[in-house]
Amino acid sequence: MNGARVQSTLDPAPGSAAWPIDELGLILYAGAAVILAVVCILAIAGVVAGPRRVDARRWLLVGGLTLPAVLLVALFLHALGIGHALVSHESPGALRVYVTGKQWWWEIRYENGDDAGVLLANELHIPLGRPVEILLDSSDVIHSFWVPALAGKVDMIPGRTTRLVIQSDRAGSFRGQCAEYCGAQHALMAFHVVAEPAADFEAWLARQARDAAPPSDPESQLGHDLFFDAGCAACHAVRGTAAVGRLGPDLTHVGSRKSLAAGTLGNHSGTMAGWIAGTQDLKPGSLMPSSSTLTGPELRALAAWLESLE
Amino acid sequence: MPNRAARLSCAITIVIALCGCARSGRNELSVPGGDAGRGRAALIALECGACHRIPGIPGARGTVGPPLDGFRERVYIAGRHPNVPDRLVEWIRDAPSVDPATAMPDLDVSESEGRDIAAYLYR
Repeated sequence: MNGARVQSTLDPAPGSAAWPIDELGLILYAGAAVILAVVCILAIAGVVAGPRRVDARRWLLVGGLTLPAVLLVALFLHALGIGHALVSHESPGALRVYVTGKQWWWEIRYENGDDAGVLLANELHIPLGRPVEILLDSSDVIHSFWVPALAGKVDMIPGRTTRLVIQSDRAGSFRGQCAEYCGAQHALMAFHVVAEPAADFEAWLARQARDAAPPSDPESQLGHDLFFDAGCAACHAVRGTAAVGRLGPDLTHVGSRKSLAAGTLGNHSGTMAGWIAGTQDLKPGSLMPSSSTLTGPELRALAAWLESLE
Repeated sequence: MPNRAARLSCAITIVIALCGCARSGRNELSVPGGDAGRGRAALIALECGACHRIPGIPGARGTVGPPLDGFRERVYIAGRHPNVPDRLVEWIRDAPSVDPATAMPDLDVSESEGRDIAAYLYR
């Protein structure tokens, strides 16, 4: 994967909050370069010109006090303006999404009419060019929601709701990551944000809101049955089945996601089987136990059924 | 020196034994059309490391399946099937068709990708 482009503050998406942050960064780099150059020139000029009397008081007042004060105050006000625009601006017509940080994954809920909403995990989709208000909280420790190409970090604090507005005018997939150390698997707590045209977004949300399709072949049927026999349903929900667990991610459409286990692995039947059987090996300390009692064909059937949930 | 001949023969024996170590791979194992470099890229892209420990593949420390180091010396694939190139390619492409009891899923690997991966494992 081209990590540099999908997760970089240096490649902000147009229309996103990361854009003015990047611009502010450029102003700082350029300004610092100019100041450094002037200081170097003065230092060299001082050596070249040889000893002579200078008005130290004036240099100190202008160069040492007035100039930094004016520049820093201007920068400070500019940065405050950007910060204010990023977190507190009204966003009429904004789509609202709730994201809850958990050790070590992201629970995502879209509002969908008047019902309980659509519960998803580890992957957000957003319509192009429309602000999306994200309400953040945590169910355990402090996490931080960060999509470097789209916005700055915002902490997710247990018992409190924080807010962030993201927007992208460029279609594509952006990777985000927890930016506040939150335990052993902090490094494996990532997610994806997919920005797509409004029509595609609406279609995606409609698909995600649907119940899971019933198993379509004997292998999937076996996988479906094993999901209950092996106890997976105690922690995971699959809408449209008897599985209503809330401890782990909702798996109703797990086959449609870009990654497994919050960015730990890609998503296909091989990684799914590997994750089910090797959970504690791949992400030690996560709440999900490795499943070591399934036979080979059972493991494949379970992975096949889960992958069929698109 | 009285035991010079004994020393010499001893040294020769050691050298021959070491040569044997270096040549212990089964040299007949080559995969026509397989490219180990492309195979490495395929192993990374398919994330085979989720289940296998594979030398030279970053992060490939999986313990679900067997480690794939020294595959050239392995006599059987999955403990059952003779480790010859065509069989290995077949296994990589669709393991359950070779052994219905395996835990390794069919990963939709193409013929050329299968050859590349086999070439990497035999490198």
